[in-house]
Formats: sequence, structure tokens, C-alpha cells
Amino acid sequence: MKYRKLALAASLLGFAATALADDVLNRNMASACASCHGTNGHSVGGMDPLAGMPKDEMIRKMKDFRTDAKPATLMHQLAKGYTDQQVEMIANYYAAQK
Amino acid sequence: MTLNRRDFIKATGAAAAFGMLHGCAGGGQGSGHVVVIGGGFGGGTAAKYIRMWSNGGINVTLVEPNPAFVSCPVSNLVLSGDKTMADITTGYDGLRKHGVTVIQDTAVAVDPVKRTVTLAKNGSLSYDRLIVSPGIDFMWETVPGLTPALADSKILHAWKAGPQTVALRKQLEDMPDGGVYALCVPKSPYRCPPGPYERASMVAAYFKAKKPKSKVLILDANEDVQSKKGLFMKAWKDLYSGILEYRPNHAISALDANAMTVKFEFSDAVKANVLNIVPGHGAGNIARAAGLVTANNRWCEVDWRTMESIAQKNIHVLGDATLSAPAMPKSGQMTTQHAKLAAGAIVALMSGQEAPDPMVIANTCYSFVSSNSTVHVASVHTYDAKEKTFKVVPGSGGLSSAANEQEAKYAMAWAKNVWADALL
Repeated sequence: MKYRKLALAASLLGFAATALADDVLNRNMASACASCHGTNGHSVGGMDPLAGMPKDEMIRKMKDFRTDAKPATLMHQLAKGYTDQQVEMIANYYAAQK
Repeated sequence: MTLNRRDFIKATGAAAAFGMLHGCAGGGQGSGHVVVIGGGFGGGTAAKYIRMWSNGGINVTLVEPNPAFVSCPVSNLVLSGDKTMADITTGYDGLRKHGVTVIQDTAVAVDPVKRTVTLAKNGSLSYDRLIVSPGIDFMWETVPGLTPALADSKILHAWKAGPQTVALRKQLEDMPDGGVYALCVPKSPYRCPPGPYERASMVAAYFKAKKPKSKVLILDANEDVQSKKGLFMKAWKDLYSGILEYRPNHAISALDANAMTVKFEFSDAVKANVLNIVPGHGAGNIARAAGLVTANNRWCEVDWRTMESIAQKNIHVLGDATLSAPAMPKSGQMTTQHAKLAAGAIVALMSGQEAPDPMVIANTCYSFVSSNSTVHVASVHTYDAKEKTFKVVPGSGGLSSAANEQEAKYAMAWAKNVWADALL
């Protein structure tokens, strides 16, 4: 019984460790945006803040930039450099920022 | 079946022993001491992000000779009189608030075996990992006749923002109307590819408004404009016709500072009232002293997954000092991206983990062509594991369609956000 409990704890932890690793990769990927949009998406002005942006909204906006559906000076050129999966990583990170 | 706390702790203990978990002592991740040489875009960003991402677990000491950071981006607007030095200066108190120990001093030597950094005034520092983000220093031999003393008094480069920016502004103010300002551009690669052309544009804007009989000459050692060519050429034609002239293939053969004359390998000599010569440059001197310069006797090669030097273990090199990956510009923005690559890797490595897969990095670069009009170039770079370098993502990036006022606002917003991201 004791070992089963331990095994369960370890497996929960396995998930936790994977989630943690994903969090780190999302965080790193998202940090590239911070130069313009502020640390952790907290813009100090003049650029759209990304912190707390709902995941779906970020994904939709990036898709619209990529397809030139949304007019932009520069973001359409940057959006074309990211895959769907990479955009999702960034969206996950900023959606979780307060 | 329920899990009690003790069971969980047993399991987490085992996992932590295998390095699966983040270290939890004090809520921090990782431990040890990182020394950062250089408090610019690279060093500032790396210091802050290591503190942030380790939750304060890793101690960081930053060594920087200047009392405050003065930004090269936007400094050409100080030359034109549109901005002040205060506008482009940021102190280091923001980094101190993140728990970074900031020492105002110059790193003069590195011992990669003992893992120590010798400072000019304050003894030495031990490190577990060292970040060298020294920017550039000049190769004086590229301009025969130019000495460091001369370059500090009369023939300015102003290619490191600070006192030279103020001094060059004064030379421009003191120049009589009808005078000639000549800007000598070094052979690529150099720091900030569009920088010379922005500078020439902004000096021309100043002349147009205040000294309309004066001339701007760009004397470029390269065979052509190195960045944003079409956009700059159009701006020069539209805005500065009769004021600004561009001359390619002007590699300097000699400088006569007394006569204020520059001679060239293949062209006629030029006499100017204000001579602004940017000598060729390579990695900052401390990189050379630390044995990090591995390419063309100028630049530092790195493992792009971690920014670690290929020559010295536990030493990471950032920014302009690196041998750039293909189509990767030497820019402040790009340097912040290097810093984040390094910070992510260092926090992982100092927590007993492997370095994570490199993130995608991006460059955005604005240049002013007049007080209220700007052009940009942007690119996205991704790590190619097979070729072990960063490459531009095909189809990404590009230029402004034309100089415009909206991007002048974005340019200042970029500057304020990137200064804050690096230092506040």
C-alpha cells in the first residue's frame, strides 16, 4: 500500500515536472516578446500589453497578423516567423500572467 | 487512497535528487554566483532575468564602469537636438531592486581556471558562471593617423553613447553654417548596421532646420548602404537633396587631423569641419583578455544553445562581441535576445538540469530619418540543431514600406520598453 502511494506521488510528480518543463519553455519562448511589450507582458507604454491576454485572443491575433488579415506596421512580419505550436506556447504564458 | 504529506515529500526528495524538480530552498531555483561583465542591453537583461527566473536563488554581481546606462539607440536624436542625454540614460537602481549587486568598476582580467575576475579597483570576484557582455572596442590600426587620445578629443566616433555623444553635438553646434560634416563608416561587420545612415539623416535634419548651407557627407568603406538601403536613399532624396551626399567604397588610408583631412585608397581626399570617424571594431577588450576571441582575431564564437564560449567553459558571451550567426545583426535588441537565451540556459544548468531547447528570437530595429519619421527592419531567427546556428525563418521579417510617423512613435515606445526590460 505504501509503495502504491509512493508510486502515485511519483507519477503525479512526473506530470508536475513535465508541466514545469513546459512552463519553462513557454516562459523562455514568450520572453522574446518582452523587449517591446514589457517584462512578462507589462508594457511601460506605447505598445500593447500582453499580460493576461486570453489564450484564444493571442492565437487569433497572431493568425490574423500572419495572414495579413490584421493590418500592422511590423507584427505581420514577426508573426510569420512562428509556428502554431510556438504561438500557443507564448499564448499560454501570457494568459497566465496577471 | 490518500497521499499524506510525508509520502509526497519522500517522492519529491527522490525526484529532486535526480534533478527533476526545481530547487525549493527559499522558493529559489538554482544556486551559486554569476558575475556579469558589462551593464548594457546584454548584461542588464541577463542579470535581471537570472534573478527573476531563479526566483532569487542565484546571486548575481554586475560589473560596469559607467555610473548609468546610456543608450546608443536614440542617441542620434541627441545629436540632432531632438532629445537630451537624460532621455537616453537609465540608472542601475532597477537592477539593485532585483537583488543584483552592481559594482562600478572595470574588469581587467579573467582567470577561467580559478574562475575569478580581476577588477581595476575593487580586488577580485569569484564566479560559478561568468557572462561577458562587453560590447565593442576599436581597432585603431584601421584608421592610420588616429589615436585613442585624438578620438577622445577632436576626431570623435560617438559609437558608444555617453560623453562622446555630448561632445559631437557640441562640434555640430559650433560648426559654422556652410561647413561640412563627414561621417566615415567602417567595413562591415560593425555595431548597428543602419546606425551610420540614421546618424547622417539626423545631422542632415539639424542642418536643414538650423544651418541650411551645410553639408553631410557619408564616406562608406563598404560598397553600398549596409541596411535599409532603399528606405534611406528615398528619405535622402525626398528630405535632404543638396544637403546629404552618399559616397561608397571609401576605405580610409590616412587621417591628417591637423588639416582635418581624410585620405582614401581609391578616391579623392576629403576635408571637413567636423570629422566623425568610426574605426573598425571587434569584441570588447576584456573578451580578448579572457581568451574568448576566436574568429578573425575580432569576435567570440559561442554555442548558440547556451551562449557559452567555445573556447572557455562556464563563460557566456553576449551581443556585439559575438561572431554573429548568418543575417543576425549586431543590435541592442538582438543582444537582449542573447541575454534571455543565456539566462534560461544558466538557470537550468545551475539547477542541475540540462539547458532547454533554445527559444525563437527576434530582431526589431527602428531608424529615424527625421525627427518624426522612422523606418524599420525586422527578422525572426530559429535554432537549427543540425547546423548548430541560428537562421532566419524563411518568409519572416521585412522592412517598412516607407518612412512613416506612426513608427516614429513605436520607435520611442520600443526604446522605453526595452530599456525597462533590461534595467528596471
